[in-house]
Amino acid sequence: MKRSITRATAGLAALALVAGACGSDDDSSADDSGDAEETADTEAAADEAEAESDEANDDVDADADAEETEDTAAADDAAESDAGGECDEPESVSLQLQWFTQAQFGGYYAAIDQGFYEDQCLDVEIKEGAVEIVPQTELANGNADFAIAWVPKALQTREAGAEITNIAQVFERSGTLQVSFADAGITSPADFEGKTIGNWGFGNEYEVFAAIGEAGLDPASDVELVGQQFDMVALLEGEIDAAEAMTYNEYAQVLEAVNPDTGELYQPEDFNVVNYEEEGVGMLQDAIWADSTRLADDEAYRDQAVRFVAASLQGWAYCRDNVEECATIVTDAGSTLGASHQQWMMNEVNKLIWPASGESIGLIDQEAWDRTVEISKNTPNLEGATVLAEDPAEGAFTNDIVTEAVALLGDVDLVGADFAAIEVTLNEGGE
Amino acid sequence: MLFASLAIAILLWEFYKAVGPEDGGDIFGWRIIPKTNDRVMPHTWTMAAEFGDDAIGSGDQKVWQVLLGYAWYTFRMAIAGLALGVFVGVGLAVFMARFKIVERGLLPYLVISQTIPLIALAPQVTVIRGSLDLPQWTSAAALAAFLSFFPVTVSTLRGLQSAPAASLELMDSYAASWWTTLRKLRFPAAVPYMVPGLKLAATASVIGVIVTEITLGGLRGVGFATIDYSQKVTSQPASVYAAVFAAAVLGLIMFGIVVAGESIAMRRRPKEVVG
Repeated sequence: MKRSITRATAGLAALALVAGACGSDDDSSADDSGDAEETADTEAAADEAEAESDEANDDVDADADAEETEDTAAADDAAESDAGGECDEPESVSLQLQWFTQAQFGGYYAAIDQGFYEDQCLDVEIKEGAVEIVPQTELANGNADFAIAWVPKALQTREAGAEITNIAQVFERSGTLQVSFADAGITSPADFEGKTIGNWGFGNEYEVFAAIGEAGLDPASDVELVGQQFDMVALLEGEIDAAEAMTYNEYAQVLEAVNPDTGELYQPEDFNVVNYEEEGVGMLQDAIWADSTRLADDEAYRDQAVRFVAASLQGWAYCRDNVEECATIVTDAGSTLGASHQQWMMNEVNKLIWPASGESIGLIDQEAWDRTVEISKNTPNLEGATVLAEDPAEGAFTNDIVTEAVALLGDVDLVGADFAAIEVTLNEGGE
Repeated sequence: MLFASLAIAILLWEFYKAVGPEDGGDIFGWRIIPKTNDRVMPHTWTMAAEFGDDAIGSGDQKVWQVLLGYAWYTFRMAIAGLALGVFVGVGLAVFMARFKIVERGLLPYLVISQTIPLIALAPQVTVIRGSLDLPQWTSAAALAAFLSFFPVTVSTLRGLQSAPAASLELMDSYAASWWTTLRKLRFPAAVPYMVPGLKLAATASVIGVIVTEITLGGLRGVGFATIDYSQKVTSQPASVYAAVFAAAVLGLIMFGIVVAGESIAMRRRPKEVVG
């Protein structure tokens, strides 16, 4: 008995050691980057950082030094690029995406391809997403300098303690649809009553629930809500009456599938589409997020953020005017989507961005922001959970970076008042 | 026999597809009879033909060419993971065989380690990898090693302890050191036990790499192909099977490598030790 207790204690101690090691590993890595920046900051801040943790500083002295020189160079370069000069060596920054390379992120790939980032003295590494990658968490962990994320999900992560700020709202409109066969007669959320409604879960379902609530229906009893895969097979198979879909992806997938009754592709007339943006429950989606702490304390990072946003918006402007080229750029960057699917996506994404209702794309519209927060707070899903428990804390978004970025770009058209989408014909399988 | 059983599987699939109800069937309100239409159950020849189709979004390449590239990419990471797994696994087994107390203290935790779902571990691995500034493929290799070390450890440990007592006493009477005994007696005796463990480890390492590709991204192997093709499943139901077959074949190849290694190791074996 005594022996087994000793053994258990030893085991626990070992576990604690391991946990401790892991924990301190995390901490020190967070400290590392933090300190590295701080050291590179103003002298006062550097002193503070030293006082805070000499040990960590020793560990990363080399790093910090490297960054210091780089950052000093950055400041010089910024001054230079303001004056229209060339930069000596572009600064490396990374951008974490939500998913694999596709036209949803066309503007960033275009900015690389067209040298817009280079013009801003940046060397941007784009990190693809995957099933388990949460971009805002990667950002908060310091694995990326910037991240693309939907606003509600990022705010949720923020509420859990992540220090992140929305610095540019790239997609002004929501691209979420509820797609159903025309004969089901679902033309508005009120028609969801008594129907089987597919939704994605994982925080992608709140527009569906908000629309159901707006229509005066009880999600628990009036509608049969079912989890849906990220494909449209369940709709085509008749397992569900209406499927959640993005304008730029899943909706195209059904239009690329062959209708077994006709032997031809399904046509838009075969479907009814409920557009959540038009229903007034659209939530803000793809936005550029940055590290709040670094924005506040690290002048060089803030400067990078301005230049990063500027070049990215310029990339999106390029994709507005060159839809086909942009789709090709994305495919060349490693996307395996078919050519017509890629073009469709590029075109539909443009519709979510352009034309800007304000003075420039990227600016966060207070009304849309408030609506997103409101729905996030007050719409419970089937488990009774809301996205947010309370209003986001101070500093969840800023328009300062975009405003400075717009000034940096000069005469690039960032409103797109005369924007007109092109017509894309989808082929079977998106080929 | 391998091909006979494959033929039987194909026949069963096609037989059910021919006689099963097109729209599935409900028994007591439960959908337990799967649908047999072409979207849910594509013909086996449609799946096979998929390999010869043009790969969407990959230039002029056919699906099999693209998959071959993906398989090679995954294979290299799996081999790296397996090598690391075997190294760690054998190391741990020797350590535990040497010190009984280590076995008693460590083995339960090794068992616990294998109950952790890989996808729960994956994000931690990237964080550590990120802080070490290693390339992304090392996460895949690390997770492959995490899955593959365990069967190696357990089988090797059992093998090292399988040397007959009489032989051990003989080694003692020669005043052979522990290391000599390990090299001359325990290891040779362990080989037959290690082989099944290595076979498990080989297939597990492929799974480790594929799961990493799917969950963490940034890697373009068979796991990526699985996700990529399942995204296209709405319009091309058979395509996802192509990726699944590629994954299966890769597992078989890894398995084959171990079998080949086994026959080489066993050929050089003196007859006396086998018993």
